[in-house]
Amino acid sequence: MIQIENLKKNYGTNAALKGIDLTVPAGELFAYLGPNGSGKTTTIRILTGLTKLSQGRATINGFDIERDPLEVKRQCGLAPQHTNLDSELTVFENLDIHARLFGMKSAERKRKISETLTYVELNRRADSLVKKLSGGMKRRVMIARALVHEPKVLFLDEPTVGLDANIRRRIWSLIKKIQQHGATIFLTTHYIEEAEFLAERVAFLDEGRIVAIKSPQEFISQAGVWAVDRMSDTGMITEYFHSRETAREFTSSQKNGYTLRRTNLEDAFLLLTGKKVQ
Amino acid sequence: MIHGWSAVYRREMLILKRRFKRQVASMAVSPLLYLLAFGYAMGDAARFDGHTYLEFLIPGLVAMTSMTQSFAIATDINVARFYFCIFEEFQAAPISHLAYVTGEVLAGVTRAMLGVAIIITLALLFGVTLNYGPLFWVAAILNSFVFAALGVTLAMLVKSHGDQSLLTNFIITPMAFLGGTFFPVDRLPEWAQDTLFFLPLTHASRAVRAVAFGQTPVLSDYIILVLTGAGFFGIALRSVNKARD
Repeated sequence: MIQIENLKKNYGTNAALKGIDLTVPAGELFAYLGPNGSGKTTTIRILTGLTKLSQGRATINGFDIERDPLEVKRQCGLAPQHTNLDSELTVFENLDIHARLFGMKSAERKRKISETLTYVELNRRADSLVKKLSGGMKRRVMIARALVHEPKVLFLDEPTVGLDANIRRRIWSLIKKIQQHGATIFLTTHYIEEAEFLAERVAFLDEGRIVAIKSPQEFISQAGVWAVDRMSDTGMITEYFHSRETAREFTSSQKNGYTLRRTNLEDAFLLLTGKKVQ
Repeated sequence: MIHGWSAVYRREMLILKRRFKRQVASMAVSPLLYLLAFGYAMGDAARFDGHTYLEFLIPGLVAMTSMTQSFAIATDINVARFYFCIFEEFQAAPISHLAYVTGEVLAGVTRAMLGVAIIITLALLFGVTLNYGPLFWVAAILNSFVFAALGVTLAMLVKSHGDQSLLTNFIITPMAFLGGTFFPVDRLPEWAQDTLFFLPLTHASRAVRAVAFGQTPVLSDYIILVLTGAGFFGIALRSVNKARD
């Protein structure tokens, strides 16, 4: 379980987080959605001990991040946004160093590394140098590394950024599989479909503040399940409707072109913040 | 408390192993040039206490190399920190600052000992045989401990890789030339000797040279290196937290 109370972070005079309050129950797959610079990565960095908080309090499974940092780190696995693998080492060596850092014994290390690499379908690449792997494989190695010590809470910071659609879907399946094994997953993303497909609940983050927290379905229902994009004199306008019939009725009165489509989280974000996520 | 140091050390050693040939070649270049330019070319033109300049130079190069190679761990840490963000892997792991600093400092010492071994091999190739008894190695290890700890400290405190280069230019390069490497410090004016007394390399050069020449080294040189190393190690421990943003 992750509990955050009034979390603030300032970089000089710039406030990156302006008071975050949040609870993520054990076993939930929670997504943090917001545009670049909204404070997603800062939150993860604070929770995993990479960045100092300026104010507030946070606990992971009951351990305070400031008072029990080592215990918090034992509970957590982190796959950061940027690739931070040792490219000159092999896949196995990267995971082995990680397992040693978490105090795992030799036999346990070998067993868990083999299991985890099988889990992410990279067992045949254990002896490959990381620099020889594709971007998608490196991402899976990072997720595998974050899983080796069997964390109870997994932080995935933009786990599919820069990957093509096929690889992205593969990683989504992997994330679902990890959650089914009982881990709490805290995921940041600026991909709408990713949050919609994966998350049980989504927090919209904008300029260091949480604007709203709901399930993707609740956000969409609140906005209206159907959307009509139409051109007006001032540009593109989107209208939202709770049923397809009313949306169709509306479109029949449109003389110019229009698009009838399902509402997504981007629409909900736009309605709440006046901004686009991507 | 110290669990995890071996993982930090192992990572550095695996990387050293991968780069071994390149690393050995690059470690050999500078000493080889110094030996050719200052030692071999000068021949018997200059003698110090009955030793040729080449014989005088080799212990100085050992002290200097143990300093530069151990301090170079700072560059490796910075590359890992600023370019590849691998330092975050250590920050996110449940290990103490003591474990991290111990692993990195020992890696710096190991690198330095490889550098010293290269100098001794080069010395043999130049036909110079000196005394490499245990106290020779103790002095070299203590000196590399001092500068590895200083390197880790500075690597934690700098804000960019550029800052690191500046510190190397201002701290290591002057010390390399003034710390009794290329000339005997006791031939300088007294005020200069008093100033150079505060450089750890001066004590390392003196201790290494004394053992290499078969003389009894001065105990205070070892004590000063131990105290300086302990001081820098303590500062390194405190500076790890500063690397968090």
